[in-house]
Amino acid sequence: MDRRGFLKTTLVAGTAALAGEPLCAQEQRNPEEFVGILVDTTRCIGCRACEVACGEEHDMLVPDVLNDGALEKPRKTSDKQWMVVNKHETEIGDVFVKRQCMHCYQAACATACPTEAMNQTMKGPVIWDGNKCIGCRYCMTSCPFEMPKFEYNEWNPKIQKCTMCFDRLEAGQKPACVKACPTDTLIFGTRVKNLEIARHRIYSHPDEYVHQIYGEHEVGGTGYIYLSAVPFDQIGFRTDLGTTPYPEYTKEFLYAVPMVLFGLPAFLLGLNALVGNNEPGVEKEIEFDIDNEGDE
Amino acid sequence: MNRDVAVAGEFGRFFRFLFQEMKPRGPWLTPFNIISIPIILAGVVIVCFRFVYGLGSVTNLTQETPWGFWLGFDVVTGIALAGGAYVITFVVYVMKVDKYHSIVRVTVLNGLLAYIFYGGALLFDIGRPWQAYNPYIGNSFGFSSVMFLICWHFMLYMIAEFIEFSPVITEWLGWEKTRKFLKKLTLATVIMGITLSMLHQSGLGGLFLMAKPKIHPLWWSEFLPILFFVSSIYAGLAMIIFEGTISHRIFKNLIPASSHHSFNDMIFGLAKGAAITMFVYYFFKALLFIHDKQWEMLDDGWGYWFLLEVIGFVLVPALMFAFGFRNRSLNIIKIASVMALLGIVLNRLNVSIITFNWYADVHYYPSWQEIMVTLMIICTEIWIFRWIVTRMPVFSSDHPD
Repeated sequence: MDRRGFLKTTLVAGTAALAGEPLCAQEQRNPEEFVGILVDTTRCIGCRACEVACGEEHDMLVPDVLNDGALEKPRKTSDKQWMVVNKHETEIGDVFVKRQCMHCYQAACATACPTEAMNQTMKGPVIWDGNKCIGCRYCMTSCPFEMPKFEYNEWNPKIQKCTMCFDRLEAGQKPACVKACPTDTLIFGTRVKNLEIARHRIYSHPDEYVHQIYGEHEVGGTGYIYLSAVPFDQIGFRTDLGTTPYPEYTKEFLYAVPMVLFGLPAFLLGLNALVGNNEPGVEKEIEFDIDNEGDE
Repeated sequence: MNRDVAVAGEFGRFFRFLFQEMKPRGPWLTPFNIISIPIILAGVVIVCFRFVYGLGSVTNLTQETPWGFWLGFDVVTGIALAGGAYVITFVVYVMKVDKYHSIVRVTVLNGLLAYIFYGGALLFDIGRPWQAYNPYIGNSFGFSSVMFLICWHFMLYMIAEFIEFSPVITEWLGWEKTRKFLKKLTLATVIMGITLSMLHQSGLGGLFLMAKPKIHPLWWSEFLPILFFVSSIYAGLAMIIFEGTISHRIFKNLIPASSHHSFNDMIFGLAKGAAITMFVYYFFKALLFIHDKQWEMLDDGWGYWFLLEVIGFVLVPALMFAFGFRNRSLNIIKIASVMALLGIVLNRLNVSIITFNWYADVHYYPSWQEIMVTLMIICTEIWIFRWIVTRMPVFSSDHPD
């Protein structure tokens, strides 16, 4: 290897080591294969079969759908339940909305995680690995949808959130909630295909839908996308989250890190050399006359 | 054989010396001891509860407010207030300004202890501290995470600070050769320390960049890292004035008389530095405010709160520093340093806790247990600080160089 080749290799390897995988990972992922779920809220009847299926599938709380009266007021997901169905009173009557982790295309939680315990899989679902997690809860602070939940009352707490039934997907099955849905509210497939279906529905029934697909552009695109008959702020969605993928907010800062890490020591060493060689530690006479000191 | 005996004797002497030094000195029933011992004991009990029954049993944390007082005050605020060490080592070792040489040791010690205790407070706060080694080993490096950067920098900075402080320990133990070697590392570790400080002081601001929709827009800014870094400079300077003033009163007999005079003299220099940095910070804040056209946000409670922080606890102390410097008034400078420190506390708590989820109906406030554990950490730190300064040559060195 000649000298130039060596320098090149070192430079590239060094940059890759510093920049890390995330910058590369997004390029490797194929958006065509990115899976997700389309939720057509106009079809949901609020039977909460999905809630039951989710609880059974993941050994979590299985709600007593007929008697618990949980639809009376909006709930959030919790460390016991990865998903909930909420009833919203709107201008066209009651609308039922299933809420869970949105599985962002560029997930804030996965970017935030210092140990890659929150992991964005190649096909889209964002899953959590307990062996790596240190419990810092940075994922919770960063998630714009407040979806990762923490077991505050456990000595060995886990982060709980929807995995899009990653194990089932690996086995070639659909997520449990999709399988359980009796009204085809939920459609599982690649995100590209789901977006086509959603657009087609809006196009063929322009009066039945608001002309927006929530999750198409929000926070850079999410795996779960939603159709609605009423504006999304009426059914519990935040509409002020912007379209910037959340990792972008820290990317610029992290970009400055190598610059400071290598630039500043060089600058300081140079400065130190320029200042001269009156070594510190060689005590000079200290002047005690306050009037003469301090304002040079 | 003889050598073994000699080595054994050396060890014996060393441990006898350590044992001797471990013994308490001075009166036991001081007001500080009477207050701090029950606090520390209560804190230990609460920490035990936290490890058995989970964070929820002692904190008011919720799913919506995952970071509370332990992170917002102990870590984010505590580390900002420990900024003095990198500022002073920069001035003394890089710029070779001898004037501040006599406060380097105590400032570095304060920095080191602050990182050990306030950075260490993270271990109570994170859910699975027994896996805390994960960011440092194995294949799970979250390079894209600001928290990852902070984990590493805290550790590296503690090592750097320890090396910077270690000549004092070797003087105490009388290890002359080791001292010579460690002294040679000083400039390198100082430069590493400054670099790491710049990155993790700003990194603490970087932690909140992705919390954009949750923090009040008057406080969230894409320049949070720069704001945190700039304010950590004057936080450190104000802390040196504040801490030094107290130390010079409490440890009067440990400090040579000449240092009392030179410290007063240093205060004026520190005040001037603080005034300038604070004006720069204030100017930057104002620029961001005007640039983001946030005028209409001023007209409610949050707006007034913002003005109180930025004008009352940044601009006013900045002016007081400048006035105190011009008019040679130590008292005004000391009051200004307290106000500047309060301003830092206010700012860090505003970003991390107070305006976090500002739109929510139910707001987080710390439980008494969270405050007690924080007090425990502060008290323990003071105990260790006192132990070190009464035994090691921190305030004055009788070493030939």
